[in-house]
Amino acid sequence: MAKDKDKIIDKVTGDDYKYGFYTDIETETIPPGLNEDIIRLISKKKNEPEFLLEFRLKAYRHFLKLQEPKWAHLKYPPVNLQDIIYYAAPKKQKEFDSLDEVDPELLDTFNKLGISLEEQKQLSGVAVDAIVDSVSVKTTFQDTLSKHGIIFCSFSEAVQNHPDLIKKYMAKVVPYTDNYYAALNSAVFTDGSFCYIPKGVRCPIELSTYFRINAAKTGQFERTLIIADEGSYVSYLEGCTAPQRDENQLHAAIVEIIVMNDAEVKYSTVQNWYPGNKKGKGGIYNFVTKRALCKGKNSKVSWTQVETGSAVTWKYPACVLKGDNSVGEFYSVAVTNNYQQADTGTKMIHIGKNTKSTIISKGISAGKSNNSYRGLVKVAKKAENSRNYSQCDSLLLGDKCGAHTFPHINTNNKSSIVEHEATTSKISEEQLFYCNQRGISTESAIGLIVNGYAKEVLNKLPMEFAVEAQKLLQITLEGSVG
Amino acid sequence: MLLNIRNLHVSIEGKEIIKGLDLSVNNGEVHAIMGPNGTGKSTLAAVVAGKEGYEITEGEILYKGKDITDLSPEERACEGIFLGFQYPVEIPGVSITNFMRTAINEQREYKGLKSLTASEFLAKMEDKKKLVEIQSKLTNRSVNSGFSGGEKKKNEIFQMALLEPTMAILDETDSGLDIDALRIVANGINKLRTEENATIVITHYQRLLDYIIPDFVHVLFEGKIVKSGGKNLALELEEKGYEWIKEEVERMS
Ligand SMILES: Nc1ncnc2c1ncn2[C@@H]1O[C@H](COP(=O)(O)OP(=O)(O)OP(=O)(O)O)[C@@H](O)[C@H]1O
Ligand SMILES: [Mg+2]
Repeated sequence: MAKDKDKIIDKVTGDDYKYGFYTDIETETIPPGLNEDIIRLISKKKNEPEFLLEFRLKAYRHFLKLQEPKWAHLKYPPVNLQDIIYYAAPKKQKEFDSLDEVDPELLDTFNKLGISLEEQKQLSGVAVDAIVDSVSVKTTFQDTLSKHGIIFCSFSEAVQNHPDLIKKYMAKVVPYTDNYYAALNSAVFTDGSFCYIPKGVRCPIELSTYFRINAAKTGQFERTLIIADEGSYVSYLEGCTAPQRDENQLHAAIVEIIVMNDAEVKYSTVQNWYPGNKKGKGGIYNFVTKRALCKGKNSKVSWTQVETGSAVTWKYPACVLKGDNSVGEFYSVAVTNNYQQADTGTKMIHIGKNTKSTIISKGISAGKSNNSYRGLVKVAKKAENSRNYSQCDSLLLGDKCGAHTFPHINTNNKSSIVEHEATTSKISEEQLFYCNQRGISTESAIGLIVNGYAKEVLNKLPMEFAVEAQKLLQITLEGSVG
Repeated sequence: MLLNIRNLHVSIEGKEIIKGLDLSVNNGEVHAIMGPNGTGKSTLAAVVAGKEGYEITEGEILYKGKDITDLSPEERACEGIFLGFQYPVEIPGVSITNFMRTAINEQREYKGLKSLTASEFLAKMEDKKKLVEIQSKLTNRSVNSGFSGGEKKKNEIFQMALLEPTMAILDETDSGLDIDALRIVANGINKLRTEENATIVITHYQRLLDYIIPDFVHVLFEGKIVKSGGKNLALELEEKGYEWIKEEVERMS
């Protein structure tokens, strides 16, 4: 009996990546390899000010002293950093006034993903800063944004147009000394997004970035910096999917968020990079450092993530709750299938008084995958009356996959309360039969149950993103049962 | 003939549970199946619905004249077979509304019909809620999660009302219901009766049969139907228990 169920689950979860394709856009690249000359070349190609080159070189020299971390519950072959091309830009590199000017192949790619710029532009009122490889191709809705004094552009543009802001805020939350991947990124980052919301401004639209990895052998080292000034609000969406490729691609991004007094940032991610094929070949290695600093009083940050892609995920969006009464939230759904491995979670660092954090983590493992939650809740001595609530649930599909939980709690203040709950469950045969008996196929039944399980997190996403995420969960676990 | 089971033998993990069972059900009929605990009533229901893990070693199940043993449970459901579960399973996080909308639309797709829109579905649901006097707060909850025993059974009939099956098998739908709920559920089942569909009620209590008048009553004993009769057989069983049936079976063999 158990065997039959496994067969169904194998079938349902054994599907190939639906978004596997490759766009043939001419790219300008520099030779592979990592050394100071390459870094100087990147900086020169990007016409960067002197301080940025200095920063890159300092980061690189520090990086040389570091060892790749091995503490995560992950197994993958070593990445040869000398094989990576650290800079690639679409050749037709210029600003566009309308979508007509954009490479039709690129538009086609977006269409395949169901996220056409056109649609985005017309229907959803989302400003899109689309990144293909390392350079921004198209930025929309600048007019609306600039009316409010909001800056939303590629990181490179910000370097050219707002070097003072970059100098003031970059690497203040994630210094290049933070970790191996952060140091690497700081040395070789090519582009990313920059966002500044001025005092008292509520950003009227959701800011959205779609990332794609495209040129062969191009490591992606993005850098995103979001600054929410006093009393401002912004909801930021990050989503990505990559074409199918047989080679592992390293991705080491940095996202920094700074939140001032009474400001709020909602950061949502749907991550769907190529996870490798059914046998575990290929796929993206995703090593990300994401951290928000709640610098001001009553500031608030929430990270919401739906992680379905990548062969290896190493990602712990963190909140440093420095301002009194500041609030940090982390809502996560991580799905692993076939041979995917995810080691993800969050860090909540309570420093200010009356700070509050919530962690809701939902892991879903299928196939032969491994899914780990790793979390740290740290309460500093002075963080009086701080509170944390953590809930970590794991759902297993089949019996060849693994779920692991590594919650670390470190409290140094007696007036604070830290709560942790964890559950593990399975989709039972009885549940599937009950659904089947009502006419629901096993595939839809798994979709229903998984979406029901993840509902608490999906509800935190902006509407249009939630729908996409729901589809993605189903697609990730789908394989059409015959 | 709607359902025709001939010489059915079923084993679970090598152990024979159904041992040569015959049963014929025509459109428009209500059959009651009674019998001691552990004689194979729920097993029979599960096998007709196509649950995995049951091995049919002999015999056949014909539904609308066709052998259905190769159909998946969802195909059988779409063909009009409904099972009211003795122990309905909980599905956390999935609301009854969402669950039933998915079920109805998958069944419609199978039949080549257009999906119901959200408003069409909600209107239909309102209508059927009245039939079993089910509360709105229940349909917003997750399927069977934290439902009382009686609520679970009501929910089964509510689902049956929405799906309008041709062949309904109700496995002890009456157990766990209070007196009022029993009347409501039984009335609901009666209202769903047509010339076209048929119902098999599995029950331990003749009480239910005061509300739902069966055309036939069968006694299932040790994997076989050993006695069939009219409504009066249920009264006789209620009065005398199963001992005399056992004796009769022993005498015959
Ligand atoms: N999955 C299973 N594995 C092993 N034995 C089983 C399984 N399911 C049923 N049985 C056995 O088959 C026999 C018939 O069970 P079944 O549930 O059909 O009885 P029933 O007539 O419905 O009883 P009740 O009146 O108590 O509901 C019982 O002896 C039971 O233990
Ligand atoms: Mg039973």
